[in-house]
Amino acid sequence: MTVREVVEALSLRVVAGQSGLEQQITGGYASDLLSCVMAGAKTGNLWVTMQGHPNVVAVASLLDLAAVVVTEGSPIEPISLQRAEEKGIPLLTTEQGTFCTVAKLAQVGIHETR
Amino acid sequence: MKGLRLLAVDLHVHTVASACAEVEMIPPLIVRRARELGLSLIGVTDHHSVENARALQHAAHPFGIEVLPGMEVQTREEVHVLCFFDDLELAKSWQDMIWTHLPEAQNPEPHFGPQYVVDAEGEYLRTNTRLLQTSTKLHFEQVLHLTDQWGGLALPAHVDRPRYSLFATLGMVPEGVDLLGAEISIHITEEEARARFPGLRNLGLVQSGDAHRLEEMINTTRLRVPELTLQELRRALRREDGREVLLVSP
Repeated sequence: MTVREVVEALSLRVVAGQSGLEQQITGGYASDLLSCVMAGAKTGNLWVTMQGHPNVVAVASLLDLAAVVVTEGSPIEPISLQRAEEKGIPLLTTEQGTFCTVAKLAQVGIHETR
Repeated sequence: MKGLRLLAVDLHVHTVASACAEVEMIPPLIVRRARELGLSLIGVTDHHSVENARALQHAAHPFGIEVLPGMEVQTREEVHVLCFFDDLELAKSWQDMIWTHLPEAQNPEPHFGPQYVVDAEGEYLRTNTRLLQTSTKLHFEQVLHLTDQWGGLALPAHVDRPRYSLFATLGMVPEGVDLLGAEISIHITEEEARARFPGLRNLGLVQSGDAHRLEEMINTTRLRVPELTLQELRRALRREDGREVLLVSP
């Protein structure tokens, strides 16, 4: 499944990194502790978080993640948007919470990769 | 210039103004413990409060112990940052500003614990009923920037801990952030911290007790400085002109 397909399936808003929408998603990971993401997320994963800090983009780029979903309408810092745009990492937003978002991702076939 | 002296400090001590601190964290007992440990300076760093800083200064003064007014700020991302100020009045204005960035909510006292304001003898003055132990709306860089603007010193707190720390929460030092130093906990040595977190590189490190109980206060951080001021702490972190911070074994 591509990032674009997930955007459509969950009605997510693309706020940066349009150029990365065709990337294939290998699985999902959810955490707001970036240290855990660095240790646990896998290449090509879709990351679900409430953090909007620029380090989110740094970590997504470091791990070559497919995209990041920022939940609960959590604010994203302008510099994060700018860096995500530069690196082509899609930043996707939703008003829904992490729990609901992950449940829907599971429904469309995205699971945690171990 | 006065001669350099090697002085023991604990820059991260909570009082009963912190909901999570034990009731024993009152000025006379904190000072007694500081004397036992041979501390020359205590940093008083309650969660979003400087309300007990003056009382602690008054209690410490007769014993020649300095009290640096500070605050433990929780950023939007849930990173704890120690913010220090030379001057108590400035620290109070800082508190007023910080409170505008906290949610208007009541402290759930039965669950979190009470936030007591006390005098130098530790006698009860009042209870702060506002929720202080929560995140401000300020992000990490904003807290650093504001502290700098206010003439203070910001140090990311207990960076080695798995919660509420720069490295646990944000993974790394954000790009473009220029830190003067950082605090490590008693759970790690300086060598281990520098090896585990490349972001610390050659930053000045202090080690503090993050004391919520008297026995948690420590004396492993030594400042080689001519006098105990915020400016001298900065210079020690930068290792300027013979000044330095030394971490010794407990």
